[in-house]
Amino acid sequence: MTQLALVIDLNVCVGCHACVTSCKEWNTSGIAGPMTDERPYGADPTGTFFNRVQTFEVGEFPATETVHFPKSCLHCEDPPCVPVCPTGASFKREEDGIVLVDYDKCIGCKYCSWACPYGARELDEKQKVMKKCTLCVDRIYDQSLPENERKPACVISCPTNARLFGDIHDPQSEVSTAILDRGGYQLQPEWGTNPANHYLPRRKNTMTIHPDELKRVDNPLSQEERQAHWGKTEGPSLDDMSSWEDN
Amino acid sequence: MHPAFSVIFLTTLIGVGQGLFLAIYTTEIYSKFQLLAEHDLSSFYGLSSLIAVGFLIVGLGASFFHLGHPERAWRAASQWRTSWLSREVIVLPVTMGLIALYGLSYLFGYNPVLFQTPGGMIINLSLVLGALATLATFTLFVCTAMIYASLKFLQEWHSPLTVINYILLGGASGFTLATALSAWMSAGLTGFYAGLAILLTVLALVFRLASLRRNRRLRPAVQVKSGIGVHHPEIVQKAQGAMGGSFNTREFFHGKKAGFVRSIKYIFLILVFPLPLILLGVTFEQPMFLIPLAAFIAQYLGLIAERWYFFADARHPQNMYYQSIA
Repeated sequence: MTQLALVIDLNVCVGCHACVTSCKEWNTSGIAGPMTDERPYGADPTGTFFNRVQTFEVGEFPATETVHFPKSCLHCEDPPCVPVCPTGASFKREEDGIVLVDYDKCIGCKYCSWACPYGARELDEKQKVMKKCTLCVDRIYDQSLPENERKPACVISCPTNARLFGDIHDPQSEVSTAILDRGGYQLQPEWGTNPANHYLPRRKNTMTIHPDELKRVDNPLSQEERQAHWGKTEGPSLDDMSSWEDN
Repeated sequence: MHPAFSVIFLTTLIGVGQGLFLAIYTTEIYSKFQLLAEHDLSSFYGLSSLIAVGFLIVGLGASFFHLGHPERAWRAASQWRTSWLSREVIVLPVTMGLIALYGLSYLFGYNPVLFQTPGGMIINLSLVLGALATLATFTLFVCTAMIYASLKFLQEWHSPLTVINYILLGGASGFTLATALSAWMSAGLTGFYAGLAILLTVLALVFRLASLRRNRRLRPAVQVKSGIGVHHPEIVQKAQGAMGGSFNTREFFHGKKAGFVRSIKYIFLILVFPLPLILLGVTFEQPMFLIPLAAFIAQYLGLIAERWYFFADARHPQNMYYQSIA
């Protein structure tokens, strides 16, 4: 069975909010829209979003690290928001595991939002129904789009390629190998919700270079090497430019 | 959580209605076994049952204000297999209907003998309707409380104490109202109800204190470490992705100072328990209608505070993502 999901690399995310704005741009006019904004130019603006980027500071100054953390519906494999829905408006698709809300059935009782430990659902203040990330379900199957654009808007827009999209149940997929090879993890695994979306951890990219490693001692074409063996030679060496013909 | 008054009124009002009906049916059972002085109580049973139905109707009405689309509320009856909310939506009108039929059978004097047990006990219509309504009433208590108790993420609610407290607090307020109604209609049951109301109020106090004690000792099961998957003891939120607040900041935070929340706790601890207990005690000496009525009003106002505190007390795990705006 297919389980579509996002894999988000926290080591790469720079917190630019491009995924947030592209999500809103696509979805507010798509089948999941509108994503109403209330008082957008007032003193106290608020609105509906499917995706938000939050920022956390880890550690104590000066040894701190900034972690940008994009947060959207995780499309849990055992979604706690679905069984609590009294009307059946909240459902998980059999064919691809996407958790969706049927706006025509939702009565706006907010019970599903109480049942989600991730705060992934938001009640639209205008339409009075519960809204959430759809994994751009109106985009990923759209045959009129070029194949490489059949991805969620947030994945396409990410300038650092921090967001991967695919089937986590296919062991050969890009997302599955990323989870396996790069230590992908789930959020709040304690609850047993088994989120489909995974995150790739921050990594320490350090390298130790010893002084002798800066010079390749056994390079027969280096100027210094040739001088040591042959004495002073004429003309440029390969270190400067290719000059086989000249020599 | 943000306490919604629609839900506060729903749960407290239907609690009173359910408790009141249980009080009435208790007397019918006691009379059946000749444990109470016999006299005709038909009009008292009938009127009180309709008052109980009135509380259930007003409670149901209040719940509609909680919905974004009340015109679609009928759809909420469909998912009874998985959702306690859906079960409540089904059981509430069933309870209402059964209590109404029970009351009407007394008011219209239509209470035929259905059959006789081998022991010689006469089983009439009201006894059967009342038994069914009692079953529905307890089912409703369980459904209402399980809406909250079934959410494992909300540790403050995820406990059998939630169900026990809904039953006992609803029962106590219903029996207190029955005391007042009995005094008002001179049904001769004032002392009987006052005694049971005192018993239920004391039991409710014991279990409510137990849940307060349990909740005070709770530690969040999931920390922000696990919430974002960075295993470091020092994690401070610097931005939540929006400056002007969102549904997440409105729905899951009560937004009141700790002192205010604490004062609500003391208000309900006084109004729900000692004050009605004193007034109910006085009722034995002075069975004037106004005294048990005052006990009921105090207890009901206290229950509004109690339910407010019940919601405000629950800390949702999503709040870890909304600790600071920027």
